[in-house]
Amino acid sequence: MWDYIKLAVLGLVVVVAAIAASMARDLPYLVHMLVIMLASAVTLIWLIRRVGEPVPAANPNEYMDGPIRFGVIATALWGVVGFLVGVIIAFQLAWPNLNFEWAQGYLNFGRLRPLHTSAVIFAFGGNALIASAFYVVQRTSAARLWGGGLAWFVFWGYQLFIVMAATGYVLGSTQGNEYAEPEWLTDLWLTIVWVAFLLVFMGTIIKRREPHIYVANWFYMAFIVTVAMLHLINNLAIPVSLLGSKSVPVWSGVQSAMIQWWYGHNAVGFFLTAGFLGMMYYFIPKQAERPVYSYKLSIMHFWALIFLYIWAGPHHLHYTALPDWAQTLGMTFSIMLWMPSWGGMINGLMTLSGAWDKLRTDPIIRMMVVAVGFYGMATFEGPMMSIKAVNSLSHYTDWTIGHVHSGALGWNGMITFGMLYYLVPKLWQRQGLYSLRLVSWHFWLATIGIVLYAASMWVTGIMEGLMWREVDAQGFLVNSFADTVAAKFPMYVVRGLGGTLFLLGAIIMCYNLWKTVTSTAERSPARAGSAVPAE
Amino acid sequence: MGILDHHKKIETHATLLLVLSFLVVTIGGIVQIVPLFYLDNTIEKVEGMRPYSPLEIKGREIYLREGCYVCHSQMIRPMRDEVERYGHYSLAAESMYDHPFQWGSKRTGPDLARLGGRYSDDWHVQHMMDPRAVVPESIMPSYGFMMDRVLTRTDAEHVRDIMRVYRTLGHPYTDEMMENAITDFFAQVDEFGDPVADRYPGAQQRNFDGQPQLTEMDAIIAYMQMLGTLVDFETFVPVANR
Amino acid sequence: METYTWLRAFADSWHLLFMFCFFIGVFVFILRPGANKVHDDTANMIFRNDDKPQGDESAPRAGRHQEPKEAR
Repeated sequence: MWDYIKLAVLGLVVVVAAIAASMARDLPYLVHMLVIMLASAVTLIWLIRRVGEPVPAANPNEYMDGPIRFGVIATALWGVVGFLVGVIIAFQLAWPNLNFEWAQGYLNFGRLRPLHTSAVIFAFGGNALIASAFYVVQRTSAARLWGGGLAWFVFWGYQLFIVMAATGYVLGSTQGNEYAEPEWLTDLWLTIVWVAFLLVFMGTIIKRREPHIYVANWFYMAFIVTVAMLHLINNLAIPVSLLGSKSVPVWSGVQSAMIQWWYGHNAVGFFLTAGFLGMMYYFIPKQAERPVYSYKLSIMHFWALIFLYIWAGPHHLHYTALPDWAQTLGMTFSIMLWMPSWGGMINGLMTLSGAWDKLRTDPIIRMMVVAVGFYGMATFEGPMMSIKAVNSLSHYTDWTIGHVHSGALGWNGMITFGMLYYLVPKLWQRQGLYSLRLVSWHFWLATIGIVLYAASMWVTGIMEGLMWREVDAQGFLVNSFADTVAAKFPMYVVRGLGGTLFLLGAIIMCYNLWKTVTSTAERSPARAGSAVPAE
Repeated sequence: MGILDHHKKIETHATLLLVLSFLVVTIGGIVQIVPLFYLDNTIEKVEGMRPYSPLEIKGREIYLREGCYVCHSQMIRPMRDEVERYGHYSLAAESMYDHPFQWGSKRTGPDLARLGGRYSDDWHVQHMMDPRAVVPESIMPSYGFMMDRVLTRTDAEHVRDIMRVYRTLGHPYTDEMMENAITDFFAQVDEFGDPVADRYPGAQQRNFDGQPQLTEMDAIIAYMQMLGTLVDFETFVPVANR
Repeated sequence: METYTWLRAFADSWHLLFMFCFFIGVFVFILRPGANKVHDDTANMIFRNDDKPQGDESAPRAGRHQEPKEAR
C-alpha cells in the first residue's frame, strides 16, 4: 500500500514539474523543474521495478552503513569539485582574463564564487557532516538508524539540493545574501530534507541502547536544530511568481543585515564548528584509541560554545549603520568565545597525552591534530579580528578571506580528511588503507598549501588595509584604489598556488581511498569483533 | 539528590536536550534582532529616500544576479579615509528599501554606496565592456554581453510583479506608480518621454548606453547612477544618540 | 526610547548577574563529585558496539547504569 502511495506521489511530481517547466518564466526555474522531473522520474522507475519483489527485511543487528558509504564518496567528490572551483576563481583574481569572453554571462567571478563557497561548505562539509553524524549516532547509540529508508532520502535529497543550488548560481538565480544564495524553491526543498535529517538523528538517539547520550551527539544535535532555525528565518521570502525562480526576501536594510550575519556567523558557528566538533569528539578518541581527555570539559565546551556563538554575528557589521549597542554586544561575545573554543582545542589535543608518539607513526592522527591546531589558531584570530579597532583595518580586506580559509582548509578540511581515512577501511571492511605514504603526501601538500594561502592573505589584507587609510602630511589620500589592486597581484598568485597544492592533496586522497576499496585485503571476520585501528 | 536526579534527565533525555539547546541558541538572536524592529533610533528619519523606479529595480536585479556584492560593498564607514575616498558615511535609512541589504563584506573593488554621478554614462559603458580599457589595474570581469541583452515587455512585467511584492512588504508604491510601472520602465531611457521623476523624485532619465534599444546595460547604469544620490547631505543633521 | 532605557539598565545589572550565576552553576554541576563514574563510562562508550548494535533486551548491557525509561 505504502509503495503505491509513493508511486502516486512521485508520478504526480513528474507531471507537475513537467507542466511547471513548460510554463517557466525564467531559465533557472526551467532547469530546476527539469532536474526535479528527471530525479523523480528516475526514482519512480527504480521503485516500479521493485514493486512486488520481496523486500529483504532490514537486519536490526546490523548498522545501516549504505547511506554513509555514499556520503563518504559524495564528500570526497564534492570536495574536489569545490576546491577546483576555488583554485579557478583564485586565479581569476590574479589574471582577470580567466573570466573567459565566451562564458561571460555564466562563469564570471561573481557567479563562480557562490558556487565555490556553497560547494565547499554545503556540499563537501554538509555531506561530511551527514555521513559522520549517521555513523557516530549509530555507534554511540548501539542502535540501527531510525526510519528505515529515510536516511537514503536524506542523502539523495541533499544531493538534489546541491545540484539545484549549483545550477542556480551558474544561471544567475540568487537571493543576493552571501552563503544563503539559493532561491525559494531550493530553500524549501532543503528544509524538507533537513527535517528528515533531524528525525533520523533524533529517532536513533531515542531508541538507543546506551544509557547516556555521547557528547559528540550533543554537538551534532545543536548543529542540526540551529541550522534549521537560521535557515528558516534568514530565508523568509515571498516568491514573485510560483512559475519563476525569483523571490523577494522579507527583511530589508539594517534588519536584513543583522539577520544575515546572525545567520552567516552561525553557519560558521554551528555548521562549520559545532558539527565538526562532533566529529572531533568521536574520531580523535577513536583513532588515538583512548577516551577524550576530559569529558567534563567537553560538556562545558558544549554549553558555553552554543550559548556564546549565537551572539557573535554583529562583528561582521562593525562601524556600519547597525546601532552601536548591537555592535558592542557582538564584539563582547566574540571575545568571550575565545575561551570555550580553546577549551575544546585543549580537550582535543590532550586526548593524545600519553600517546604523543602516534603523531610520528600515524599520519591520520597527525592530520586530525593539525586540524585541531588550526581550529585553535582560527578561534584566536577570530576574536582578535572582532575587536573594533582591529576590525576597522581588517574589514573588507583579504585578511578576512585568509582567516576563513585557515579555518575552513585547516580545521574543516583536515578533520574531514582524517575522518575519511578512518571511515573508508571501516565501511568497506578493509584491513587498512592502501598507502600511508600517500596520506603523508596529502598531509604535507595540504599543510603547505594552507600556510601559503593564509600567509599571502595576511600580507595582502594588512597591506591593503594600511594603503587605503594612508594619508600624506596635507591630509590627502596617498593611494588610489587601483594602486592597492595592483599591489596585491604577487600575493594573489601565491594564494592560487597554495590552493593548487591543497587540491592536489585531495586528489591524492581520492586515489588512495579508491585503491583502498578496490585493492586491499578484506578484513578477516575473526578480527572484526575487536577494534581494528585503521592503519 | 533531588536536583541531581533532575539533571540526569537532561543528559539522558534526547528531547529535553534538544529543547534546552534550542532555547540556549535562541536567546542571542532574540536580544539582538527583535529590538531592531521597534527601537526608534535604529533607522533615522531622512529626507529624500524613495522606493526604486522600475528600471532601477531591473538594474538592481542584474547587480544581484551577477554577484556584484561579492566584490563591492555599499557601506561607507565613518572613518576619515573612507569618507575622504567615498563620501559621507552611509545611513541606515539609505538601505531601507533594499531586500536584501547590499552592504557587502569585501572590497575587492571599491565601495559603490555613492557611485551615482561620479562618472559619466560613457565611462560606465566603456568600463563594463572592458574594465581594463579605463582602469588598467582593474581585475573586474567584463560584462559586455549586457549591451546585447534587449529588455522586453516581459521584463517590464516581471519588474511590476516585483513591485507588487515590495508593496505588500510596505514600500510606498502608490496606485499611480503601479499603473505606470511598465511605461516608466521604458520611459526612463527616453529623454523626451513621460517624466519618470514626477513619480520618483530625483530619477535620472536619459539614454544611458547610447544604443537605440533598451538593454540590460541601460538598467545597470541607471541603477549605478542613482546609488547614494537620494539623500541631500547639505541639509542632513545626524542624530547623536545612535 | 523609554523601553530601551529600562531594558538596558536591567540587562546591565540583574540579568548580567543572573547569567553569571547560571554559568557558574552549570560548571559546579558538571564538576560535582558524583559525576565521575557517569562521565568515565560515557567517555568510553565509543569503544563498545563498533561493529553491530547491541542485541535484544535479554542481552547484557554494556553500561554500568540503569537504563532510563525513555530509551526503550
